[in-house]
Amino acid sequence: MNSSFERHRNIVDFALSSLLRRKAKNLSLLAVYTLIVFVIASIIFFIHALKREAMLVLQNAPDMVVQRLAAGRNDPIPLGYQEKIAAIRGVSGVEPRLWGYYFDAAVGANYTLMASDKQQLEPESVIIGSGVARTRRLAEGDMMAFRAYNGEPTLFQVQSILPYASELVAADLIILSNRDFHALFNFPKGVATDFAVSVRNPRELTTIAAKIVRQFPDTRPILKREILRTYDSIFDWRGGMMIVVVAMAVLSFIIFAWDKATGLSAEERKEIGTLKSIGWETTDVLFLKFWEGSAISLSAFLCGVILAYCHVFFFSASLFEHALKGWAVLYPQFKLTPAVDPYQLAVLFFLTVIPYTVTTIVPSWRAATVEPDAAMRS
Amino acid sequence: MRKSTVFFSFIILCGLLLFVILYRIPVSQKKSEAMIASNAKIVRELKLTDLSLFTEARYTRHPSMADLHSAFQDHPLALDHFPSGSLVTPPHFYNEAP
Repeated sequence: MNSSFERHRNIVDFALSSLLRRKAKNLSLLAVYTLIVFVIASIIFFIHALKREAMLVLQNAPDMVVQRLAAGRNDPIPLGYQEKIAAIRGVSGVEPRLWGYYFDAAVGANYTLMASDKQQLEPESVIIGSGVARTRRLAEGDMMAFRAYNGEPTLFQVQSILPYASELVAADLIILSNRDFHALFNFPKGVATDFAVSVRNPRELTTIAAKIVRQFPDTRPILKREILRTYDSIFDWRGGMMIVVVAMAVLSFIIFAWDKATGLSAEERKEIGTLKSIGWETTDVLFLKFWEGSAISLSAFLCGVILAYCHVFFFSASLFEHALKGWAVLYPQFKLTPAVDPYQLAVLFFLTVIPYTVTTIVPSWRAATVEPDAAMRS
Repeated sequence: MRKSTVFFSFIILCGLLLFVILYRIPVSQKKSEAMIASNAKIVRELKLTDLSLFTEARYTRHPSMADLHSAFQDHPLALDHFPSGSLVTPPHFYNEAP
């Protein structure tokens, strides 16, 4: 047992010396390898944590939202529908929602305006998200100017600012009273943007949605399940730019690693020939190459994963910010709650460490099985 | 010191660090429960439906509430012109029969 352990330690010593002899080449390989693992692990951590947070927070979204469509476009829904929907068996409440968007030409940002009479708002005052406060450099008590539907500037006082921790759901939110919402947009009375419907038994949601559509064919019910699935698909592994980033990174790394691992240099062949001529067994040579490959891949995996964790959960995935921000002026600043899926981590390990180690062994095995003098001459 | 000792010490140190990170995740999650609960309260009270991640267009701000043909909603030739369009794909349920 001890002699076997000592033998492997000696091989590891030799493998590390061998790697250090080609310091520049191997350090650059380690850096690229770590970078690839870092990017992929960052994406995995970010998506998983964001999905988890979205699921937890949006569990509290309305059971169902009923919109009205006119000529295939969203249209305000008449309040007359409210009573009839509330009368459907199983519906426990129907609340009209008044909301819309406001483009702030001064900073080029889009805000979401939401009317609510439950927030005890003073007339002509607003509660704003901390993203809006940051973009407009506003504090509590400041005045905020809006351009009303007729072009008239309207001033609102900032009554309070939503906490910083709520940026993920409310960074761009401006809450105002129903009266102010109607006055600002000249929003017609007797209609709402949509209805938030709550039901007694969530299992009846599909039946109730079908009843609503049957009764009001111009409506479109959106179930909470569909809202959650939207976020599941947005941050899906298969979706959008994430897969492009991952695919490009993996592909370039495969080409890089394949080139490095499969093609033994003349110097390496000569080294194998020399080792065999001084009495090394083929298995010793294979162990040597195994430890060389493992030293690089294992170090890259561990460093890449730890750096990715710090990047996503300590530095709020700051490297992804530009990609996620797009053209938006107002981007939420949020700290994700750490969440790592061990299954995904295991997949990452088997996709990065194992293939590289195997690809380093195969060409060495080929070189190690030829006669030492032939290997040295080649 | 032997090179193998340095190497194995480094690997064990990194492994331990990774283990501590993974082990502490439930503790961090417990700590952030209050923050998630406060966000959930805002969502419940205001009846919000979406995260405010992408604010540049209505179909990226409220993907679950967007028009069915959101990419063409401004005019028939208006394909996705925001970079977030590459991140936000139409939800799968749009293709399902009602």
